[in-house]
Order: sequence, then structure tokens, then C-alpha cells
Amino acid sequence: MTDVTPYVVLSAILFSIGCVGVLTRRNAIVVFMCVELMLNACNLALVAFAKQHGNLDGQIAAFFVMVVAAAEVVVGLAIIMTIFRTRRSASVDDASLLKY
Amino acid sequence: MYSLSEAAHQVPVIEPSAADGTFSLLWLVIGLPLLGAVVLLLGGRATDRWGHWLGTLMSLASFAVSLLLFVELLGRDEGDRSITQHLYDWIAVGDLQVGMDLLYDPLSALFLLLITGVGSLIHVYSIGYMEHDPRRRRFFAYLNLFVAAMLMLVLAENYLGLFLGWEGVGLASYLLIGFWQHKHSAAAAAKKAFVINRVGDIGMALAIALLFTTFGTTSFTAISQVSGAAEEDTLTAVGLLLLLAACGKSAQVPLQAWLLDAMEGPTPVSALIHAATMVTAGVYLVVRSNFIFELAPTAQTVVVIVATVTLLWGAVIGCAKDDIKKALAGSTMSQIGYMMLGAGLGVAGYAFAIFHLITHGFFKANMFLGAGSVMHGMNDDVDMRRYGALRHAMPITFLTFAMGYLAIIGFPGFSGFWSKDKIIETALAENWVVGVLALLGAGITGFYMTRLMLMTFFTTKRWKDDVHPHESPGVMTVPLVVLAALSVLGGVLLLGDWIVDWLAPVVGEAPHHEPPLPIIVITLLTVAVVAVGVAAAWFLVGKREVPLTPPQDVSFATRAARADLYGDGINDLLVGRPGTATVRGLVTGDRTLVDGVFTGGSSGIKAVGDLLRRLQNGFVRSYALSVLGGVLLVVLALLAVNLA
Repeated sequence: MTDVTPYVVLSAILFSIGCVGVLTRRNAIVVFMCVELMLNACNLALVAFAKQHGNLDGQIAAFFVMVVAAAEVVVGLAIIMTIFRTRRSASVDDASLLKY
Repeated sequence: MYSLSEAAHQVPVIEPSAADGTFSLLWLVIGLPLLGAVVLLLGGRATDRWGHWLGTLMSLASFAVSLLLFVELLGRDEGDRSITQHLYDWIAVGDLQVGMDLLYDPLSALFLLLITGVGSLIHVYSIGYMEHDPRRRRFFAYLNLFVAAMLMLVLAENYLGLFLGWEGVGLASYLLIGFWQHKHSAAAAAKKAFVINRVGDIGMALAIALLFTTFGTTSFTAISQVSGAAEEDTLTAVGLLLLLAACGKSAQVPLQAWLLDAMEGPTPVSALIHAATMVTAGVYLVVRSNFIFELAPTAQTVVVIVATVTLLWGAVIGCAKDDIKKALAGSTMSQIGYMMLGAGLGVAGYAFAIFHLITHGFFKANMFLGAGSVMHGMNDDVDMRRYGALRHAMPITFLTFAMGYLAIIGFPGFSGFWSKDKIIETALAENWVVGVLALLGAGITGFYMTRLMLMTFFTTKRWKDDVHPHESPGVMTVPLVVLAALSVLGGVLLLGDWIVDWLAPVVGEAPHHEPPLPIIVITLLTVAVVAVGVAAAWFLVGKREVPLTPPQDVSFATRAARADLYGDGINDLLVGRPGTATVRGLVTGDRTLVDGVFTGGSSGIKAVGDLLRRLQNGFVRSYALSVLGGVLLVVLALLAVNLA
């Protein structure tokens, strides 16, 4: 049995960094990267727990997350590109038309 | 107050036999005028050319059938003079069984003759009177409808059938009073008559409902057999409700206000309403319901009070009116008061009430048609102050009107003398206060009728410049002559107490009451009181110059009488204004309270929504924060559950 505590702690730190990044940064690209960071933090946690339990469920889940993340990047970057083309800005706060 | 068994003995029980032979024609009496009305109303303009002839013919045919039936009835035994005809089952729902039945007995026989006889004369007269009216055909359709409804009213064998005729009369009177509906006043008068009659109809409907719950039937035959078994309180309630109904139809105080306005209709309509149909319905109702009123002395007392008030009320109004038709209308109100008084006096008075009703039908129809003839010659002017000295210009109208006049004031020998005298006599025998008031009413009658007569046919010419009075055509004067003859000779019905004996199977035999004074003294007294009234009119109106406009510096009494004794004002004060105030209050309550709850509720929800929608601020990062907060909450909750 390997002690997975350091991996989990690292995962938590990475998730928190990503989380704070999403909440505080305005640049859509950076927000996007922070989302990726959170996803990867989750992957790390999944792999670590899979190692601890000695089965492959967590690792398979990690693959799923990667696939979804890749797809998300494709769609997300395309949206950001389009917004940038029309508004000349990549700030998430500028894209606030859909409101009350 | 008598015990039930004694009373039950007094109330005659109706035991009719089924109609056979000639009597199976009974339905034709109603059917013919109804057919006339239907043909004329549905036929439309195609019937314009001969519509008035058809209407008159139907009415005359109905009269012929009535006469035939009457002769047949005369030939029967006294105890066998009630005949029913079952036409069809009208309402059959569970316990509720009402047949369309007709009842022909001595009472309805007299009414049939009066309605169809006088009605036919009025039809004939109308041919001339309405000659230049483009809607004459429609007028005759309504007249036929009126007559048919009234016949239904007096022929019905149960209260529900009577109610059908009752409402039909109300409808027809509405249509006819408002016949010239292009005149605002006529339309308003028609509505007024209709609405006030509805008030009375409430009484009728409630009385019928009460009879249903008490006896389980509304048939006259059935109720007359069992009414003695009912509680007196119930019968009193029924009696008072029926009186309310009668007040509406017969223009008795407090529902009298419509009658004077009803003069807006064409004059033959006034004659029809006042003489043959409509206002006599209330008297008929009370007399027909004798098996209820005889057992409810309280209700009878109220009838007498209402009648006495009305007979003076109408007479006083009649004294101050310058409009010839309104003066006659006041007189009708007063005379109907006499009939109601007779009916309220119970067994002793029923026959005389009907007797006066018949003689009044003759002389009042005569005078109304006479007034119409005068108006015809005076360019439809109704103001008596612009009449005067018309006796030379219209000799036939004058002479026939004079017969009616002598009859109504009770000139010895004329029909009104016999009938009114009998009622006063009976009233004096029952209660001297009522009797004296009725006597006073006779004096006032003498005054206002003499005033009307003098202002119209005597005194000086006060005609407007463009008026050239002329006698009316024969089609109008012939009915006048017939009615004048009847006004003079109507008293023959009393020969040998014929009418009392004739009606005895329906209303019962009166126990003999000794009047407080010998009858001859009462008669002389009545004639003397009338003579005083006539003399007063002669000195106040006949001997003086009649001013062209009504003098304004008059006593309070005159002003009150000119304003119909403030009948409209009283209605307005007691019903109109509280009603308006109530409705206003309800509207305010609806706007503030009901609307407040609903609009307040919705605007409250909208306000909350306005607050909540601020959350949708469009910043993705704040949404992300919400999601994070939510996730944290869920996680904490899960932890709390797991650790607990």
C-alpha cells in the first residue's frame, strides 16, 4: 500500500488554485486554463485513489475526464475565438448581455 | 276570528267536472287571440294590410265563444258550474306535477265576458285611433297578446298557470306602454311599469313556492279542499305575498307609481289596462284565493288597509292633474282601491268587488276611449287647460263620456251607483272607519270627475290656435256608444242579487250582517257626499275662469297631489337611493378589497421577482461562485450526514 496523501494534497492545492483562478481572472483564456487545471487536479486525485484501492476504476474515469476535457477545449476555444472576433475582447465580464 | 272548522265550513270547495260538449271549446277562448298575435308577429309586413282586421276578428271570435260558454253555463245547476279542461301535462318532475289545466266557473265566466267584450270594443276603436300609425299591425298583435295573457290568467286552474298569464300581461303591458318607444318618456314609463311589476311578481313567486311546500300542489281545486288544514301563520304569509303581487299588478300603494306613467302608451292601451285587463288581475287574484284569505284574517285586514289608503291616494292625485289621462289614471287607482276593499272584506264583499270591477270596466273603458276621442280631435293634446266647451264640437263623445261620468260618481240609477254603494255599505257594516273613508273617497271622486268634465266639455274655449276639434269617425264612436249603454245599464247585474247568487258557488254565501244604519240612509248619505263633491267642483272650477297655466301659488296639498303624492320621491328615498348607495358600496368594496387582494398579491410576487432577477447579473464568474457555493453546501451536508 502506497501512501497517497501527498498526491491528494497536491491535487487539492491544484484544484484550489484553479478554482481561485476561475473566480478572479477576467481573461477568458486564463479562466479556461484554470478550468483545465481543476480538471487535471481531479484526474490526479482519481489516479491516486485508484492506486490506493488497487483497481482501475479511477484510472478509467481519468481517461474519460481527459476525453471530455479535450472536447471541451475544442468547443470552448471556438466560442472564445468567436467572441473575440465580434467584441475585440476576451474578457468574460464584457460578455454579460444575457442578464435581467 | 273563527275556529278552523267553522272557517272551513265557510270556504266553498271547488269540485269541478271535466269539460265536455260545448265546454271542450274552452281552450279556443285563449287560443284565438294567441293565434292572432302569433300570426301578426311572425307574419311581419305581409300582414300589414289586413292585420288590424284579423286582430279584431280574433278578439270578437273569442268573445263569441265566451258568450256561448256563458249561456251554456247559465243552463247548468248551481252546484255544477265548475268545469275543468286538461290540455296537457305541463311540468312532470317527480312529485312536481303541474297540468296545463283550465278552470271555467262563474267567476272566470264573468271575467271572460268582460275581457273579450270590452277588449273587442277597444280593438274596434283602435282601428280608427291607430289608422295613421305605420306600426298598426304590430299594435294589434300586442293587443291580442295582452288579451290572450289576461284570459290565461283568469282561466288557469292552478297558480302556476295563473303566473304564466300574469307574466304575459306584464310583458304585453310593457310592449304597449312603450309602443311609441321613440319617445324617451314612453320607453322610461314602460321600463318603470315592468320593474315595479317585477317587485310584485316576487311576492307571487314566493307565494307559489310556499303553496308548493305546504300543500304539494298549486291547483285551486286541490288547495281549496285542504287549505283548512294548514296553519294560520302559513296562510297569512301566503296571503300577504299574494297581496304584494296584487299590489304590483293592480297599482295599489306602495307599488302604485307605474300606473300614472303608463299613460304614455296609446289611449286604447290605457283603456285596456284600466278596464279589461292588467289592473283587475290583482282583484281577481284576491277573490280567487278566497280559500286562503278567508282563513288568514290578518292578511285580510292588511288588504283592507292597503285598499283604503289606495282609494284615497288615487282620488287625491286625480284632483290635481291637468292631463286628462292622468286624472283618469288616478281615478282608476282609486276605483281599484274600492274593489280591493270589497275583496278584503271577505265573503260579504267578494261579489261586490267583482260587480264593481265589471261596471268599472264598462265606464272606465268608455271614459278612456272618450278621452282618446277628445285627444284625437285636439291634435293629441292632453292638457285639460287647453280644452273647454267641447260639448258642441264632439256631441257623441260628450254624451257617451257623460254616461261614464255619471256612472263613476255614482249618480242614482247608473251602474257605478249600485256597485260603489254596495261596497261602501259592506265596509260600513264591517268597520265604520273604513266605511267612512270609503264614503269620503266617493265625495272626492265626485269632485275630480266633475272637474275633469267641466274643464273638458264645459267652461270657455281655451283651444290652441291651430286646433279644430271634430267628432271622431264611426269606428271610434260606435264602441263609445256601446260602452256608454253598458255604463248606464251595468246595474242590472245586481237585480235580485243575481251576481251575489251567481258567484256564491265560488266565493261563498255571506252571513247576513246588519249595517249600522238603514241601507236607504247609507245610500242617501253617499249621494249627499257625492253631491257635495260635485258642488265643490262647480264652485271651484265651473264658476271661475280656468287659467291656461297651472297656478303656482297653491297649497301644499295641491303641490303634493300634482307630484303624485310624492310616490316617486318615496320610492327614490326608500329604494332608489339606498339601492344606489349599496351598489356604490359594493363597487368600492370590489375595487378595494377584492381587487386589492388579487392585484396586491400579484404585485407582491412581481416585487419579489424584481429582487430575485438581480441575481441574473450576466457575470459568468459570479455564476461560478454560486456553483462553488452550492457544491460546498452539498459537500458539507454530505459530510454532516456521514459524520452524524
